[in-house]
Amino acid sequence: MTNALRLYMHYLSQSIRSQMQYRVSFIMLSFGHFLTTGIEFLAIASLFARFKHIQGWTLPEVAFLYGLINISFAFADAASRGFDIFGTMVKSGDFDRLLLRPRSTALQLAGHELTLRRVGRLLQGLAVFAWASYTLDISWSAPKIYLVLIAIFGGACLFIGLMVIQATIAFWTTESLELMNTMTYGGVETAQYPLPIYRTWFRKFFTYIVPLACVNYLPALAILERGDPLGFPIALQWCAPLICVIFLIIALQIWKIGVRYYRSTGS
Amino acid sequence: MPKITNRTSSFAIRSYIAVLSARFRTLLQYRAAAFAGFGTQLFWGLIRVMIFEAFYRSSTAPQPMTADEVITYIWLGQAFLVLIPYQGADPDVRAMVRSGNVVYELVRPTNLYFFWYSRAIAQRTAPGVFRALPMFITASLFFNLQMPPSFSATCAWLVSMLFAVLISAAITNLLSISLLWTISGEGLGVLLGSLTWLFSGIIIPLLFFPDWAQTAINILPFRYLMDIPFRFYLGHISPEQIWYHLPFQIAYLIALITAGHLILTRGIRRLVAQGG
Amino acid sequence: MPHIIVENLVKTFQIAQRQPGVWGALRGVMHRNYRQITALDGISFTIEPGELIGYIGPNGAGKSTTVKVLSGILVPDTGRCEILGRVPWKERIAHVAQIGVVFGQRTQLWWDLPVIESFDLLRDIYRVDHHQYAQTRDEMIAILDLESLLDIPVRQLSLGQRMRCDLAAALLHRPSILFLDEPTIGLDVVSKLAVRDFIKRLNQERDVTVILTTHDMDDIEALCTRVMVIGQGQILSDGPLENLRARVTTERRLIVDLEEIEDITDPDASVVLRDGHRVHLTFDPDRIATADLIARITAQHPVRDLFVENTPIEEIISRLYAENH
Repeated sequence: MTNALRLYMHYLSQSIRSQMQYRVSFIMLSFGHFLTTGIEFLAIASLFARFKHIQGWTLPEVAFLYGLINISFAFADAASRGFDIFGTMVKSGDFDRLLLRPRSTALQLAGHELTLRRVGRLLQGLAVFAWASYTLDISWSAPKIYLVLIAIFGGACLFIGLMVIQATIAFWTTESLELMNTMTYGGVETAQYPLPIYRTWFRKFFTYIVPLACVNYLPALAILERGDPLGFPIALQWCAPLICVIFLIIALQIWKIGVRYYRSTGS
Repeated sequence: MPKITNRTSSFAIRSYIAVLSARFRTLLQYRAAAFAGFGTQLFWGLIRVMIFEAFYRSSTAPQPMTADEVITYIWLGQAFLVLIPYQGADPDVRAMVRSGNVVYELVRPTNLYFFWYSRAIAQRTAPGVFRALPMFITASLFFNLQMPPSFSATCAWLVSMLFAVLISAAITNLLSISLLWTISGEGLGVLLGSLTWLFSGIIIPLLFFPDWAQTAINILPFRYLMDIPFRFYLGHISPEQIWYHLPFQIAYLIALITAGHLILTRGIRRLVAQGG
Repeated sequence: MPHIIVENLVKTFQIAQRQPGVWGALRGVMHRNYRQITALDGISFTIEPGELIGYIGPNGAGKSTTVKVLSGILVPDTGRCEILGRVPWKERIAHVAQIGVVFGQRTQLWWDLPVIESFDLLRDIYRVDHHQYAQTRDEMIAILDLESLLDIPVRQLSLGQRMRCDLAAALLHRPSILFLDEPTIGLDVVSKLAVRDFIKRLNQERDVTVILTTHDMDDIEALCTRVMVIGQGQILSDGPLENLRARVTTERRLIVDLEEIEDITDPDASVVLRDGHRVHLTFDPDRIATADLIARITAQHPVRDLFVENTPIEEIISRLYAENH
């Protein structure tokens, strides 16, 4: 385990060095990501200027949800580049190279690249989050800080898990991967607004199947000290993010099934 | 405005048909991808509709559009998503630039701009059948996508849609051409991508932006990709207004094509000077 | 104890067929036909430690499927395979730690990293002991003359330079078996010779078992003590190069450079090619001794130069395939 962690660190430091060779392109693309995500928030702010609130949630409160989910997603997105491009890796046969090395394939893919330009989304998420916390005048206590940290961690686990599942599907077909974007990018879009605004089936999907509510809506209720019209137990608000760690573990098990299938068909 | 010779135009049309049929075949082969694309857009449409419904439930203040109009607008956006050049440049051109094979394009006995432009149009129209039509039918059957209020509104919509396709392809082509400058090309792609995303109407109908931003929005060409055609469809702009908007669409189209042409000429000169 | 034991390996693939044209694609939406392809149709062989084996056959004959099974990537349908006492696909991680694989058309090095940093990363991937790593690395750098390349990002290396680095990379963990897939493809003559020379030394001095797939018959002639020929999923021939030759044809080739352009006719030899002053003849050494034939021809014609060659190996292989069809 420690050995695997050391290797992962080695991968990361090399990945950062490779990317630093293209500094201009890095700065430009980070800025582009910052701009793109920033623009989306501008659109949200415009809607609040016209409608004032969405089912009792004001702009700063929604900004809190927005910041939280975008920070998680930026981490996950940066860390799971290997899984993201996995479809092309299978097609080109480059995946075989990973099987020729005495390490787990998931570890090697995780170490494939740490995509630094996602820092644009991260900074933007942090900025919105900071603005929201300041405007809402949140009284930060140790438990609340802990909850924010595990919410970010759990969110990253959830999105990495989704990308692992997406990569697993690529063993069978590289055609339908776009559909998984509904859960990653679509999940980010969904989580930017409070859960109760959605229809029941949709809410249930993003609570019980893809536990998005566990890393965003539920912990946010605890931190913002809001009542929950959906009536989840209060205790759940404080530990829900950890459910997403389990989600990631399950995703990695599914990944193993995919690798087994690949090795028997060699497509 | 560059001169189009007869030979160029027939070559451009032939290459348009060739690329179009290749795209059709790819789309048919990857049936799962077509379903996935449809499913994805359905999902996005639903999220947006639910968000707007919640906003309308929360406020009774007068809005620039009614809830029903917004819903139709959102579904039109999902159906015609391909009009947004969000994937940037033509993937084939991108591959050619990467591999250096782009120099062979210079050997062709044709105007390169219109050759690439016809490819870009094909890229923008081929998915129409497999994405736009099913989405349009599904949304009108199940999700409250309404029909245009009058025949003249339909006509105005179709005319402005035609130019939306041409403008979208011209932007795509500009992005393809800018790839001849590796790094600045990527940067332009990101910048133009964000601008079209925001100012075409795909995220939110443009009228929902603050009033002070409307002037800027009206100056930019991006609203002709979605917002103006869709509002013709809704009858939100009266059909006679097409005579006001059409000259603008044409002017933007000519400006984009001329700009693309100029940049391409410079790019080729640069490519030749470098020796490929 | 053999290094590699393979018995009756069978591997089949299912391939979806697509009809051509728009209409075919439309029908493909409705239903798809699958075709079964037998890539390996009962392959058996054993390989002893220290052998240097050429594994040849046309594209699609099952070469790369064999290599994939032996290197633990692919699980076969049936059959037995044991390498260094392990079943490759059952103990993938333990197995691949003992083998090295080089693909001529790909690199396992990191495109944007300097060569030396790729090596360091491989050390951590293979968990090579630091002391042993330093020793092996320095040896490889010396033998393959890599010193001047170490700080260059891989993307800037020439193909020949990259191949030398890739060979070193595949050996850093001291594997006892090395799979080489087209290691000389696309290389210039100098690099080709360097690579061949290295493979030979590796095999002789370090006793590494080498399995070489290639299309370059000069590689085979220069290196291999034993040649296995695969066609349509079956081993068509297995043994020393001379045996393969003898099995297919005993013919030799006599190439004569004449003083003047003229015809040669001889009852025991036939002309296969005429190129100005040069004439190619084939003959069967069982019917006429080489010395006799040369004596007869030099007596009849003024000869500037002459030499005897074996039938080119390409020709032997293509005859072997013709026989098996």
